[in-house]
Amino acid sequence: MTQTLLEIRDLHKRYGTVEVLKGVDCTMAQGEVISIIGSSGSGKTTMLRCINMLEEFQGGSIRIDGQEIGYETVGGVRKRKKENEIARQRAMTGMAFQQFNLFPHMTAAKNIMLGLMKVRGMGRDEARSVAEKWLDRVGLLSRIDHYPGQLSGGQQQRVAIARAIAMNPKLMLFDEVTSALDPELVNEVLQVIKGLAEDGMSMLLVTHEMRFAYEVSTRVIFMNQGRIGEEGNPKDMFVKPQTERLAEFLKSSSFN
Amino acid sequence: MDIPAFLDQLWLARIPLLKGLGVSISISFLSILVGTVLGVFVGLALTYGYRPVQWIVRGYTDFIRGTPVLVLVLASYYVLSTIGIDLGPFQAGILALSIFCSSHVGELVRGALQAIPKGQTEAAKAIGLTFSQTFLYVLGPQAMRQALPAWVNTAAEMVKASTLLSIIGVAELLLRTQELISRTFMSLEFYFFAGFLYFVINYSIERFGRYVERKTAVSS
Repeated sequence: MTQTLLEIRDLHKRYGTVEVLKGVDCTMAQGEVISIIGSSGSGKTTMLRCINMLEEFQGGSIRIDGQEIGYETVGGVRKRKKENEIARQRAMTGMAFQQFNLFPHMTAAKNIMLGLMKVRGMGRDEARSVAEKWLDRVGLLSRIDHYPGQLSGGQQQRVAIARAIAMNPKLMLFDEVTSALDPELVNEVLQVIKGLAEDGMSMLLVTHEMRFAYEVSTRVIFMNQGRIGEEGNPKDMFVKPQTERLAEFLKSSSFN
Repeated sequence: MDIPAFLDQLWLARIPLLKGLGVSISISFLSILVGTVLGVFVGLALTYGYRPVQWIVRGYTDFIRGTPVLVLVLASYYVLSTIGIDLGPFQAGILALSIFCSSHVGELVRGALQAIPKGQTEAAKAIGLTFSQTFLYVLGPQAMRQALPAWVNTAAEMVKASTLLSIIGVAELLLRTQELISRTFMSLEFYFFAGFLYFVINYSIERFGRYVERKTAVSS
């Protein structure tokens, strides 16, 4: 029996009066690779961002390794945890973004070293060698002292993934990491993610790359209007969708 | 224009003029320094403060920026003494200029911070940095580069504004020059000379700004 890593219970999220997550439940075991698919506005990115508290949520709970994320209930009152505690919890997950979000004033190495030194408390030399290791892993060791502005989109995204993964997170979150890339640069990023999956990294991916989701995931979640519309292993999901919604979505997303 | 006579008078007056120059530089330096430190906090409050704090600080900057510097200088010298705070002209002047400078720097800092894409903060949060670490290592350095050219302008404005302290009797360069003119009647020569010295100060500030800009430029 593998260990439960992530447990989401009845997750509710509102922007003002608009409810974007209407009760999401999801359990994820250590080592799983779950792709979250769905049309825009279905809540998939929002769900991902709740897991590391980039979004507040109004109801339900998220647990990573048994720890309740972001909120605690004291005497029956639900309270947001202290900012430093949330920062510490965020370091349990790593995140890669659609827009890379590398720090433009730091070299590739410095981008990776910042978290290692300030959050993980490593010394400069140790952090540098970890940065070297991960840049080598994503095939960019030769760019270690380049600034983000000197790298292509695909290279920037690979550095951004290295920055997240170097922190040794329990869970990696990928938020549409190939959506901002030119088509010919998509593959190099997908290859990196695939390699991480093969290493047994636990990953949640929000993606529009259906073929990739099909190949790399152990499970697929289809989000529909703020709820989980359907979930299962990729073969069943993509080949014989159970709900009409998913069938429609797959048809429109050119998976065949 | 009698050049030898002017040079003669210039030589005779070199000590008071140099003292005046020193006072002008001190005023400028102190008010830029204090104003910038205060201004960073003003900018932070404008960007990240709780609503009521934002309103109060917004009121402060709008009020200060809408008031002539001369009025601030006169107020801090003459008005503060009526409520029991007795500052000498030098201190009162520094206070007024620092406050003026802080409201401008505050706006610069706010603008620079708001120009940084939201993704930067999110990426910093995602690797587990606290708010103060995020500001110190990610937002601050980017905002500094962004605000630097405008900050150099503000610094030059402060040097020019330092002349206003002559009104409340601070013996800075302009007041020394005027005293000299009233004795020698060489107004053209000595005003021109004072103008030249102010130009040298501001030109140095500008070169210094360029230098820092070049030093901190990010290659792309």
